[in-house]
Amino acid sequence: MTSIPLAEPPSTPAPATRSREFWAGFRDTIPLVVGAVPFGIIFGALAVTNGLSPLAAIGMSLFVFAGSSQFIGSNLYGAGAALPLIVLTTFVVNVRHALYSATLAPYVRNLPHVWLVPLGFWLTDETFVIVARHYQEPGDVRYKHWYYFGSAIFMYVNWNVCTLIGIIAGQSIPDPARLGLDFALIVTFIGMVIPSITTRPILASVIAASIAALIFNPLPNNLGLMVAAIIGVIVGVVVENRLPAAETDTQKGVSA
Amino acid sequence: MTELLLVVGMALVTFAVRYPVMVLVGRLPLPESLFRALRYVPPAVLAAIIVPGIVMPAGRIDLSPTNTYLVAGVAAGLVAWRTKNILLTIVIGMGLFLFLRLVVFGV
Repeated sequence: MTSIPLAEPPSTPAPATRSREFWAGFRDTIPLVVGAVPFGIIFGALAVTNGLSPLAAIGMSLFVFAGSSQFIGSNLYGAGAALPLIVLTTFVVNVRHALYSATLAPYVRNLPHVWLVPLGFWLTDETFVIVARHYQEPGDVRYKHWYYFGSAIFMYVNWNVCTLIGIIAGQSIPDPARLGLDFALIVTFIGMVIPSITTRPILASVIAASIAALIFNPLPNNLGLMVAAIIGVIVGVVVENRLPAAETDTQKGVSA
Repeated sequence: MTELLLVVGMALVTFAVRYPVMVLVGRLPLPESLFRALRYVPPAVLAAIIVPGIVMPAGRIDLSPTNTYLVAGVAAGLVAWRTKNILLTIVIGMGLFLFLRLVVFGV
């Protein structure tokens, strides 16, 4: 590596390698982990308060690994809901992950299943957003799944460590919901979405999804979220198609 | 036993909307238009999570200045817009949120 070819695009100053991609994914996930820490700790604390055994709370974080559905599941369990109802609710709450998986599918289609199984399992809102952005950026695509891996493993380990801390500290936090630390997750998402609004179609998409989310919020089990997301996507596409070509050009390679 | 079934059931349905979808959609010949449409998924989903979270934290629309979620959320949005720095957005947004909640309103 004594000389860098002149043809190299300026956005990729160094050639992509497995470890560079891995650590880039890890690094870009640091702020997202900061936002997820309180959320994970509250989950551990609340799950045990709700009457779940520590082992089941740990099991959920290890094998389900989907924050909001874990909250809802442990709440329903504590309230004595029937098992099939809890499982069905979990499914509906997590249906948005099907949208995430579909979005990433074209980028990871050539990976073997040894990769797809863990990468699929490790999808979260946070990892999805930064990985989708990374795949849409120009540059060497060969090792981008290592970026995904770096982000995902960091979120996973953090979530499980935080769950454990929450379980242990649970008894000493009088009322964990009181602090409203669920705001940590919201503020993380705010920090992710605002800088991603770089074009008019994206802005239109965000506004439409926001309004639709308020209108459809009364729908049960987070279904309003799915409806709002789909409306946002449709509005984004419609606005993109109506703009003159010059404006749509700036759209390329720019998204959340 | 019930807890084991709970964790296994939740794990199975959650995995079912992740990995199989990734594999199946990857095998389909996706039209370019759909591929482009899916790029709006991240901003749309995030907006659909954020806005009800700050505008109606207690389940109904609350636009009053005592809604700490809304005040801190808007402030965080401004920080994100001006700085494009996620970490700074989280620290300032969360700091303001806790300050309003614990000091100003003394919840």
